[in-house]
Amino acid sequence: MESKSSDRRKFLKNGAAFVGAAAAAAAAAATVVPASAQTTTPTPMPEMETPDLEALIAYGQRSPFVKSMRTSVMERMSPDEFGMTFHVQSPLQDSVGMITPSSLHYVSTHRGSYVPNIDPAEHRLVIHGMVDRPLIFTVDELKRLPFVTRAHFLECLGNRAKSTHKTVQQTHGLTSCSEWTGVLLSLLLKEAGVQSGAAFIVAEGAETVKGATSIPIAKAMDDCMVAYGQNGEALRPQQGYPIRLLVPGFEGMHNVKYLRRIKVVEKDYMTYNDYGHLVPDAQVAALTRVIGPKSVITFPSGDQKLPGPGFYEITGLAWSGSAAVRNVEISTDGGQNWKVAELRTPAHPMAHVRFALPWNWDGKECVILSRCTDELGTRQPTRAEAAAYWKQPENSEFRVPGADNSVFPWRIASDGSVHNGMA
Amino acid sequence: MGAFTMEWRKLLLVIAVLSLTQLAKAQTPTYGVGRTPTAEEIRKVDISIGPDGKELPPGHGTAAEGAKLFREKQCVVCHGSTGSNGPAPTLIKSDGTKKSKYPCLVPCVNDSNVMALHAQYATTMWDYINRAMPLNKEGTLKPDEVYSLVAFLLFKNGVIPEDQVLDNQSLPKVKMPNHDHGALAPEWKHGVPIVAGYP
Repeated sequence: MESKSSDRRKFLKNGAAFVGAAAAAAAAAATVVPASAQTTTPTPMPEMETPDLEALIAYGQRSPFVKSMRTSVMERMSPDEFGMTFHVQSPLQDSVGMITPSSLHYVSTHRGSYVPNIDPAEHRLVIHGMVDRPLIFTVDELKRLPFVTRAHFLECLGNRAKSTHKTVQQTHGLTSCSEWTGVLLSLLLKEAGVQSGAAFIVAEGAETVKGATSIPIAKAMDDCMVAYGQNGEALRPQQGYPIRLLVPGFEGMHNVKYLRRIKVVEKDYMTYNDYGHLVPDAQVAALTRVIGPKSVITFPSGDQKLPGPGFYEITGLAWSGSAAVRNVEISTDGGQNWKVAELRTPAHPMAHVRFALPWNWDGKECVILSRCTDELGTRQPTRAEAAAYWKQPENSEFRVPGADNSVFPWRIASDGSVHNGMA
Repeated sequence: MGAFTMEWRKLLLVIAVLSLTQLAKAQTPTYGVGRTPTAEEIRKVDISIGPDGKELPPGHGTAAEGAKLFREKQCVVCHGSTGSNGPAPTLIKSDGTKKSKYPCLVPCVNDSNVMALHAQYATTMWDYINRAMPLNKEGTLKPDEVYSLVAFLLFKNGVIPEDQVLDNQSLPKVKMPNHDHGALAPEWKHGVPIVAGYP
């Protein structure tokens, strides 16, 4: 080992000597170049900082020219006065494909911006309550069990476009999609043996406030996952490292991070998180729990500018909390005519799908919209359709009940600038 | 005839034993990974208090004790001396002169979410204060202190009389003002639209 590393040092030294000699030769050559040639400015070499070789080898970074960043939600300070509430949005305007980079995944958390620093060796998952065999797992034990890898979106219930928003990051940035890897919760619950009469689970995290929420047992036994992997690597701490619950299609709050406990119970436990979403109308409650079919155009979108008339592709993301997206339609005339867009990525259940429509812009002002339909046949409503359903007047005061999944307009001005069509 | 019946009985017995074995098999864990936690391991983490209050620990408290704790435990620093004049969410309904900057849920009281008036069950308050308060000292309150703080907030919001003692028997019986006004989402079923006919 010793001799090897000294060999390496020697090699580096020799290499440096070689580079030095070459530079000296070049300098010597330069002295004999005719004076006339010296007037042409040589192309300057880009300034290179001495690279941190270990860092270059160990973990790749994006180009310094790529500036895509998460931003705080306009309406609420992140973090808040207590340094605890955090609502940061994903830069959907820069997104390509269907997967959100883990580092750009939205974060919406109460009293959780001080991310717990959990040692996975110390972390445990307890399953108890109405089960035949309570179980306790280490993270390594969970990883021994048969895994699944699935794409699923997450979305915060507060992901609601307002007329004051400028960019798609502001109107829709509280949703993201990852490829998650983990163990199906149904497998763990079968190992524990769910007793008859069980109707809900309470899932709880290990962070300081031990955030908890109630989830129907039918969903828990269907497609929920205890995930430890995200986009090919371990979960990020802001996404629940070392393990989190995924409740595909349910509003973000149910997807408990830092999962430490599952209690099988006979009724909705009405935790703080559950009560906070309490509404008087069961239909609104249903639309509050599960995200309806939803889509948004990410290009062209607010604050972007088309340089002039000509060819573009209108592209965006579509998702549904109940199924895969079946199709997406795009209108370039304010909703009078709709064309079917192409789905450019596989359409997985409860996952973002990337859609696109080739388009020639004629340079005239127009309003562009997208709407999607999921595999259950449910179509994303326009604000007018939602208002009609709830028998309310459609005006700027109208607030779509539950999770707002209404069709969103971008207005393209004749100078190519793109604006929020609600404004 | 008798022998025939005996044979049938034997057959039925065999079938019964076989199906019981099958049933037992279905309930046997497939992988055997993980272990059985001790009762103490479960007790340490099981802080969930359901609406019927069956997990509530022994102990008791009153509004008077809660008023003292509201100051001593520094609740006032974030929630304000009146429970509605601090930067943190409103705990006690205000006179309406101060509007909360937080988005308000239904029913909204003076533009604020007041937990004591919004939650359907007093157990929700006990559960949350116990697990998540006070700031930076979460999980340190003793059962008597949690009962007292819940009693204080319920009294100040006009839900219970000042002298009512709250314990694991009386607390789940408190009728919250919003008890009958919250709706649960309909039963969730795989592959069924959330709300039929919407939009």
